[in-house]
Amino acid sequence: MNIVVCIKQVPDSAAKMAVEGGQISWGEAPLVLNPWDEFAIEAALQLIEAGGGDLTVVSVGGESAKEALKTALAMGCTQAILVSDPALQGADSQASAHLLAGVIKKVGNVEAAFFGKQAIDGDMGVTAAQTARLLGWPMLGLVASIKVEGGKLQVEKSLEEGRQVVECQLPAVVSVSKDIGEPRYPSFMGIRKASRATIPTWDLAEVGIGAPTSVVHWPEVLNPPVREVKTEIITGGSAQEIAEKLADKILEEKVL
Amino acid sequence: MDLALSEEQRMVQQMVRDFAQKEIAPLIKESDRSGQMNPLVLARMAELGILGMCLPVRYGGQGMDYISLGLACEELEVVDSTLRVVISVHVGLNSLGLFQWASEEQKQRFLAPQARGEKIACFGLTESGAGSDVANIQSSARRQGNAYILNGEKMWISLATKAQNCLWIGRTNPAAQEPHESLSAFLVELDRPGVKVGDLHGKLGMRAGSTGWIAMQDVHVPEENRIGEEGEGFKIAMACLDNGRYTVAAGATGLIRACLEASVRYAQERHAFGKEIGKFQLIQQKIATMVQSYEAARLLYLWAGWLKNQGLRNTRETSLAKWFSTEASFQAASEAIQVHGAYGYSDEYDVERYLRNAKGAVIYEGTSEIHQLMQAGYALGYRKDAALRCELPAYDAAFWQNP
Amino acid sequence: MMSAKILVYIDQVKGKALPASWEVIGAAHALAEKLGGEVATIVLGADAKPVAEQSFHFGAAAAFYCDDPSLADYRAEPYADVLVKAAREQGAEVLLFPTTTRGREQAAMSSIDLGSGVIPDVTALEVSDGKIVATRPVYAGRLISKAVCDAKPQVITTRVRAFKAPEANAAKTGTPVALQAVRPEGEIRTKVTGYSLAEGGVSLTDANVIVSGGRGVSNNPALTPPAGLDEKAAEIWRAQEGFKIIGELASVLKAAVGASRAAVDAGYIPYAHQVGQTGKLVAPDLYIACGISGAIQHQAGMRSSKVIVAINKDAEAPIFRLARYGVVGDLFEILPALAVVLRKRLGK
Repeated sequence: MNIVVCIKQVPDSAAKMAVEGGQISWGEAPLVLNPWDEFAIEAALQLIEAGGGDLTVVSVGGESAKEALKTALAMGCTQAILVSDPALQGADSQASAHLLAGVIKKVGNVEAAFFGKQAIDGDMGVTAAQTARLLGWPMLGLVASIKVEGGKLQVEKSLEEGRQVVECQLPAVVSVSKDIGEPRYPSFMGIRKASRATIPTWDLAEVGIGAPTSVVHWPEVLNPPVREVKTEIITGGSAQEIAEKLADKILEEKVL
Repeated sequence: MDLALSEEQRMVQQMVRDFAQKEIAPLIKESDRSGQMNPLVLARMAELGILGMCLPVRYGGQGMDYISLGLACEELEVVDSTLRVVISVHVGLNSLGLFQWASEEQKQRFLAPQARGEKIACFGLTESGAGSDVANIQSSARRQGNAYILNGEKMWISLATKAQNCLWIGRTNPAAQEPHESLSAFLVELDRPGVKVGDLHGKLGMRAGSTGWIAMQDVHVPEENRIGEEGEGFKIAMACLDNGRYTVAAGATGLIRACLEASVRYAQERHAFGKEIGKFQLIQQKIATMVQSYEAARLLYLWAGWLKNQGLRNTRETSLAKWFSTEASFQAASEAIQVHGAYGYSDEYDVERYLRNAKGAVIYEGTSEIHQLMQAGYALGYRKDAALRCELPAYDAAFWQNP
Repeated sequence: MMSAKILVYIDQVKGKALPASWEVIGAAHALAEKLGGEVATIVLGADAKPVAEQSFHFGAAAAFYCDDPSLADYRAEPYADVLVKAAREQGAEVLLFPTTTRGREQAAMSSIDLGSGVIPDVTALEVSDGKIVATRPVYAGRLISKAVCDAKPQVITTRVRAFKAPEANAAKTGTPVALQAVRPEGEIRTKVTGYSLAEGGVSLTDANVIVSGGRGVSNNPALTPPAGLDEKAAEIWRAQEGFKIIGELASVLKAAVGASRAAVDAGYIPYAHQVGQTGKLVAPDLYIACGISGAIQHQAGMRSSKVIVAINKDAEAPIFRLARYGVVGDLFEILPALAVVLRKRLGK
């Protein structure tokens, strides 16, 4: 089975993010392979191991994204492609989706495109569904288990009320949830292969599409308001009264 | 001189770090308290190829270099010293010893299964009456036709009850002029008749690991199991120690880092006299010293690793790294406990375990005193390293990474 | 038939709207006030019609629904087809969704068909110079962004609990309009062959809400242990009764149950629930500490929680210094009362 997995390089989840002089900064923290994408790679690798085929890992970004691609290669992906073009600066999710749909078409013979649930920088979680819509392929979101049977995908996907068991014709787009299981470590053999790999860079001309237009912008990014923990002791005449007041406060915090 | 790690080395470091932190760290306190080594440790290290990481693929290994070995040891010891001890004995003392001195046939027979993690390896040198005084070991290996009869008891042997193979040193020539020429090395399969093993308990530290004794009573081994020539046992043991010590040095560096990270975390969380204790100068002094120790220790072991990669003799540099890092890690652990106050004294936090573990490392693989004698010997010209009949092979990516 | 300017996607299962959907209507009304126009809803799937009728109670001016058999099970493509057709026919200028699994997916897909972009998981909406400015957290909430979309329609999903649902008024009624399915069953390339229940129990490290118990949980003097228990067994029995109360509040909040080391060491609850230096490190949105003194090693495990609530009899307990809200009182009275109030407020 030929699969493409789309990954992103993002600032480490432990990074202290800040806006300094209008620029987003992550200090000394490293850029890493988006953690959700590791689950997508793992799911795709399991399918390839079970039924044979090729796993192509693709990332849109600058030169540094090659590190994330190398990690993916070291986990076992067959080959990697970096998509990079100055015209892609500030691409929003639907521009990225147009681009990825073009890349998947260019790779050719692709039977499934895998994505992580979301990228931990933008936290959008929409690119997979948008790419599916552009390709005209079914979208299987938040897949918890996956296998191929009789040339069709058999998946369990998560919804609020439980899991759906779904049978899907190929080709399809899949986004993968944590329930798929722990992603594997890069093997030593994978590490050797990855460090020697040359990763081609495709620009828009190579992909064969014009520059997609971005329509969603973030004209302003702010540091979150500094929350001084001032303890508020809730009092009242009865347990009922206290409970009501406390419930008010908790609901106001919008954490439920 | 390029001090940057290669991409391969960084990926190895990350992989071992992830494995140790995610899979083993949650289990360590329990193992340390119960004094039982968790079987997952050896099983997973074998599965992941860590037990053969710096050996050629053609000998069952993963083809990584000696610096990668050091980086892996640093990451393992951040979680617990006993994880690094596995590498010290299985890879450092035994496997690399075979890699350096064994015949081609012996490498296929003994080294390859060890590198693949199919057999666990240990090192049998120390005895209850002979630690620093290696030449005075009493174990004997009497020649009888095409075989040797082994007798004697080895003590303080890590993985004694977990290993299948032991690189064992005993006296073949009691009549030798020089005691250093009376010893020979053997690879002994521990399931041979006459071999008994047992665990040692009651240690101050390293409780999540396995330390034991190995007793031989008239154990027959064929001469095909002798490593190197008769009389080379002492030289072989010393060469093995060059590699064991290297892993200890790298590991102790990781221990310093663990002390530093724990102290920084606590100093930012704990409040006293109205502020976080990290604001107080005496706490800052402790942390600054840990930083200094860590950076120096790291450079020392990387340098030794670089020399090994080049195929250059590194007995002096490795000894220096081991001596410095292990002493520094003991100090760092003591200060880390101090930073934690009463909580440092409780096993609720990890720092008391760091101290108990650190003390072992200034004793084994050459006491600090032995290393001081070595360093003075080199400096005063009393000690020179003669060329060895077999040197540790330099790192050669093409040769090592191809089957 | 009026032209709906703001179309709200009501996410529903088996004839019951997900509560987040009514919050979206609240956001829609607020936008309609600033932009002009009206709010309509669209409901898809089996039993969509009664939910569509409910929309009028929440102030919708129109409601559309489709309960075609091909929509009985949720599948992204046929749902999106109906939604997009309705949005086009109604000339919707704003499409609003709750950030549920279906909501996010439908927003993403419809934005493509409609030639626009999508702004998901929004916590606030303003109108500036006739344009919508959406506030949304990024980098897992470490930064806040203000996003705008240049294209129309504006497609936005609102974060759950970020907006207020209007009060339902049963006196407001209307007739929902039935829509046809767009894609024939034969052209739909997925088949739902079954369902499995959601996994029971929330993992401590993944939970958004944690209710934790400490040693104080065994201190309920109002309880009489069964006869024949020695002192230690009686203490554990009391503690387990106490953890039942914690469990009840946890189930109202869909929360995980945590514990302090003291409670675990005393045998009240298994080690898997321990939060702290020796135990799990957690960072939920809401941490409710009950009968926990809050010594530093417990703090190490939960200090990164977004909102900390402490309930303890001892006004001097260190936990109060860390808490955003505190109650100095009897947890055996406060917790059951809190569970009742929150159960009502959360619509359960």
